[in-house]
Amino acid sequence: MSYMHEIAVEIGGMPILLRTQDSSFRELLATRYAGFIASFQQPLFEFDVDLVTPSGEIESEEDVHVEMQDGQWQLRRGDFRAQWDPRAGRGRIRQSANPYSIDSVLRIVHTLILAREHGFLLHAASAVRDGRAFLFAGVSGAGKTTISRMAPPDVTLLTDEISYVRRDADRYRACGTPFAGDLARVGENCSAQVNTLFFLEQGPENRIESVSKVEAVRCLLRNILFFAEDAELVSLIFRSACEFVDRVPVQRLTFVPDERVWSMIR
Amino acid sequence: MSEKYIARSTAIAARMLGGEMMVMSAVDSTFFTLNEVATVIWHAADGRTPLSGIVTQVVCEEFDVEPEVARRDAEQFVEDLSRHGILLVSDRPFENSASDPVEAA
Repeated sequence: MSYMHEIAVEIGGMPILLRTQDSSFRELLATRYAGFIASFQQPLFEFDVDLVTPSGEIESEEDVHVEMQDGQWQLRRGDFRAQWDPRAGRGRIRQSANPYSIDSVLRIVHTLILAREHGFLLHAASAVRDGRAFLFAGVSGAGKTTISRMAPPDVTLLTDEISYVRRDADRYRACGTPFAGDLARVGENCSAQVNTLFFLEQGPENRIESVSKVEAVRCLLRNILFFAEDAELVSLIFRSACEFVDRVPVQRLTFVPDERVWSMIR
Repeated sequence: MSEKYIARSTAIAARMLGGEMMVMSAVDSTFFTLNEVATVIWHAADGRTPLSGIVTQVVCEEFDVEPEVARRDAEQFVEDLSRHGILLVSDRPFENSASDPVEAA
């Protein structure tokens, strides 16, 4: 088979090359990941994407499963099947021609890459102000989209849904992602050192409170995206969460859903 | 009553942070925070010292607590953590017990 249509999607500084036989699917990816398209001369990993007609096998309601078998990651959900050999740097994705499936595969692959580099994907909005990144973590309904929507013009939105956190020497960087939430707006492809992680709550007044380190680790672990059934990687994620909390201020931000909250984010 | 020996599982991650001990199961991601007494028992769980010895020689030495109360609390703690595979329990000493996996922070 000839996978002649290529596109490299670079998130968090990690270019991943996607190859398909279908030019219209390549165009769909180019639109979906606009702002995150890179040169495909030196990709970190390569995936061949086999497009299939939706069927009972590939469009079931099966939950996501991620496990290592014989040196290859096996990624499986109702709407896709994927294999990835991290040592060879190659993989294969089998899915129908919808962007949501490949979006999920990319998220999973990035969680696996980041776990070994002391980083993680986080259920959090993130934004840059005055060259510093602020993370706003919380479950669905906590206010990630709300606080993103109310951001003033001097704020650059990295994402309203999934934040990309990389270790950067003794500190951490938040990178923009194309993983959008309810705001349906792709983040800016830039990065900045993380200044503060806020856990969001909506309430009757704007208030910032300190959070104990143990509580911070507990909340952070609750919001880190991780899918692999792999004890070693679970330990790495735990260590990453502890290291993050040890180096980055973590606070609870209770806010009234209007723009005044941003006067506290500096 | 027979002696109990306790050892830390190798399938866990543990860390002291902000003066508190956190332990997470690498198998099912269960997360525990240990209080001071539990932390002392955790450190002493070398697989060779019987639980009764840990209570009398370590817990009662470090904390102002009645031996019977300390024993009862220790038994409960061991039962809770062993249920999640975080502590291993045997009626004889472990041959190859785990080294302390705690990373200080």
